[in-house]
Amino acid sequence: MATGPGIKSEWIEAENIVVRFSGDSGDGMQLTGMQFSDTTAFLGNDLSTFPDYPSEIRAPSGTVAGVSAFQVHFGSSAVFTPGDRWDVLVAMNAAAFKADFPRLKRGGIVIANAAGFDRKGLSLANFPEGANPLEDGTLDGYTLYQVDFNKHTADSLKGIPLQPKEVARSKNMLVLGLLFWMFDKSMEFTVAAIRDKFLDKPDIAEANIQALKSGWNLGENMEIFTTRYVVRPASLPPGTYRNVHGNQAIAIGLMAAAEKSGLGLFLGSYPITPATDILQELSRYKSNGVLTFQAEDEIAAVCAAIGAAYAGKLATTTTSGPGLSLKTEAIGLATILEIPLVIIDVQRGGPSTGLPTKTEQADLMMAFYGRHGEAPLVVLAAKSPNDCFRMAFEACRIAIEHMTPVILLSDGYIANGAEPWRFPKADELPAIRVQFLDRTNGPDNTLLPYLRDEQGVRPWIIPGTPGLEHRIGGLEKEDKTGNVSYDPQNHEKMVRLRMQKIQNVERDIPLAELDSGTTEDGLLVVSWGSTYGAVKTAIRMLRNDGLGVAHLHVSYLNPFPANLGDILGPFQKILVPEMNSGQLVSILRSRYLVPAKAFSKVQGQPFTTEELCNAISEHYNAK
Amino acid sequence: MMQLAFTEPAGKLSPKDFASSQEVKWCRGCGDYSILKQVQTIFPDLGVAKEDFVFISGIGCSSRFTYYMDSYGLHGIHGRALSIASGVKMANPELSVWVISGDGDSLSIGGNHFIHTIRKNFDINMLMFNNQIYSLTKGQYSPTSEKGKVTKTTPFGSVEEPFDPVALALGAQARFVARTIDSDPKHMRDVLLRAHGFRGTSFVEIYQNCPIFNDGAFELFSDKHAKKEQIILLEHGKPLVFGDAQQMGIYFQNGRPRIAPLGDPQFSEDDLWIHDETDRVKAVILGMFSRMVQDGRPFPRPFGIIFAQEGETYEAMLYAQIEAVRSRKAKMDLDQILSGTKTWNIQ
Repeated sequence: MATGPGIKSEWIEAENIVVRFSGDSGDGMQLTGMQFSDTTAFLGNDLSTFPDYPSEIRAPSGTVAGVSAFQVHFGSSAVFTPGDRWDVLVAMNAAAFKADFPRLKRGGIVIANAAGFDRKGLSLANFPEGANPLEDGTLDGYTLYQVDFNKHTADSLKGIPLQPKEVARSKNMLVLGLLFWMFDKSMEFTVAAIRDKFLDKPDIAEANIQALKSGWNLGENMEIFTTRYVVRPASLPPGTYRNVHGNQAIAIGLMAAAEKSGLGLFLGSYPITPATDILQELSRYKSNGVLTFQAEDEIAAVCAAIGAAYAGKLATTTTSGPGLSLKTEAIGLATILEIPLVIIDVQRGGPSTGLPTKTEQADLMMAFYGRHGEAPLVVLAAKSPNDCFRMAFEACRIAIEHMTPVILLSDGYIANGAEPWRFPKADELPAIRVQFLDRTNGPDNTLLPYLRDEQGVRPWIIPGTPGLEHRIGGLEKEDKTGNVSYDPQNHEKMVRLRMQKIQNVERDIPLAELDSGTTEDGLLVVSWGSTYGAVKTAIRMLRNDGLGVAHLHVSYLNPFPANLGDILGPFQKILVPEMNSGQLVSILRSRYLVPAKAFSKVQGQPFTTEELCNAISEHYNAK
Repeated sequence: MMQLAFTEPAGKLSPKDFASSQEVKWCRGCGDYSILKQVQTIFPDLGVAKEDFVFISGIGCSSRFTYYMDSYGLHGIHGRALSIASGVKMANPELSVWVISGDGDSLSIGGNHFIHTIRKNFDINMLMFNNQIYSLTKGQYSPTSEKGKVTKTTPFGSVEEPFDPVALALGAQARFVARTIDSDPKHMRDVLLRAHGFRGTSFVEIYQNCPIFNDGAFELFSDKHAKKEQIILLEHGKPLVFGDAQQMGIYFQNGRPRIAPLGDPQFSEDDLWIHDETDRVKAVILGMFSRMVQDGRPFPRPFGIIFAQEGETYEAMLYAQIEAVRSRKAKMDLDQILSGTKTWNIQ
């Protein structure tokens, strides 16, 4: 398709571009964005995407509350975030412009649908009477392409027998065609996708393809379009890639762990934003025997999972903050029972109902300490959409091999964000060791349900095993026998045994390694969870500028990697950026007595690279 | 490991084989002893391998039951036994799952799980020991305590109306509802056998005397003389009769139950209520007897199988659906799951 520079067009080579497709909920921006992303991925760019929809299901059309956007950041070098600001804003109406113009890069491009900036559109977006940002000088210094997409779509589809509504709905494909022209991307992947999607509706398929091509031709023929951009393929590691969302990656990770452990997968869950996708995704895999249970509430969901774990399944429960609050008592039960249980918390803004569709990392302390009594468990965090796969698998492996609940923290940002993933082959994944006890393990043919191996792990004994009938429960139990015991010395011993068992997990996880930099650097930035991409990007930029800053990312939070203290030790300055008021930093300071400082943001929004760069260099330069 | 695998002793099990090594620590005279004994008595004859029995309990005096049965057992957290049990049953439908709970555990803190587990119809047997009091916390009123109950938290009497657990279970679309009492071991054994044999959630309310905090709560139904006037022993296909000489009956006229002596000329013979376990409408009315009064006389309390009608169980439908999907859609291997449908190569 690439035709080389046209007669009139000027070519500009760019390393990275962020496009924000923004429109009314009914404008099809998610689909447009995804198609654009798929094509850029197929053609070898690295990318990261982020959908941004309103929390209301059907907000009034044409209003700012009803704006739905899809953001894609693609580049010829590695891309770790969906981007702070955009180079190109596609605004399908005045409301979309109002919502997303503030974060358009200075001098950036606006592609505006003129039909959405009529009197009605401007008024719904609450622009003052008579004001139109496309005409009043707001865009001085920017590049504005103003096209009536509605009219062009109607014109291009003359002769195809369609209802006016269906014609109007095709305008997003016209926009997409124009973008493909602008970035010199082949239309063939989208054409194939459209044909596939509308197999039994050939008229609709033709209309969409026609609109797509018309969009390309619009760029080719209209005088106003003078500039095209080239973003060369990135030098990604060779291999086979797919696109994956964080929540999808978690579902795949759980299924992979089930397969690799030979256990049936059980998910007990209750719908909650932004974790629901995992339940929805797994409920599709009936043919693989995945058991999904939509319980009456969060508590029933985790308790059913505890029952399933007791009976020998790989049992998981998925939730977000309010649900984790409700599950805490049951998680304490799983802790004292010492059974494998994977709890996935896709964090959102809190406290209480908080910001359901916005992101935050404020459940870390809760994951560490949010149970009554001494109730240690394993805490992990995923750092990117595709890392959700690795950490979900790890959560299952550790839960099973160490007979413990594991909390995996994700968040709304990576749950909904997507990126290319060089997925592993099944046989590259490690086997997960499962052994159900099938005979007595104590002297004189007795059973000791809490007899521990060298890792401090008790046996998994499932009902139905002849001769091993025994009772377990939430009351404190006697060492080894598991019988109820109120003995003071025994209680302290059991508390310590359970703690030691969790501490022993450190022998079974990778050592921490600097992501970049060396111990000679003047400042160490420590990140966890979804801030990884933004921190990594900021550190790269600062190091390119000659700043001596190192970066450590922590995926295994409890226990920490055994060498974490050794890595932190030499640094005189440590900065811990978190989307909370400073939770990991408190734990690091108390655990390792290091001079770590917090850089906090609690706005329901991810860090921008820019604010991280500023904070890091400020701290670096501080006396 | 040099241990030999444990093998089941040959021959039939006895009730003793279901008694665990743990000392039973209920109060002297507690009705729980009788329930434990009846369960241990019937278990050898149920045709279930010992290792396939699982007891799940919540919190309260009743819930200690789990520790005293030599079977698999999980003593859970307050109100959640049914949820844990549903997970066990989904994970392994072959197990015979028994839930032990009390009136506070089931109907107060666990009320949500009570209605939904019953509605979903897992094949589990739920024995709810109703003593109309919180005993383990030493005497506070419960959701089944009568209005006006004086307890430590209601020194001037409680101001709320109680639940009738039978009515509540039926309201939650229960398919098996029965009531029995600790003081009538044979009746309890019969009811437990029926509960075990029923496929679906079997809800059994057991009136259980707490001699410490609510002694005599069910005296009317346990006293040898009083009970004849106060209870109806339900039998499928038999009329609802009671009284010292079984001389009283329940008639059903104009859509309402009426108490009358047998042969009362006001009623025709056809109006005499014949118990039909499968009649849900009449079961609901039986569930209301506990709060019905005729000319100042409370209705007698029905005991026995109030309602029993099998339907498909949750776990059976869950696995049937998996089989149905498998018959038209092959299992995906892990590589297919990992790759999804759209991939691309980078050289």
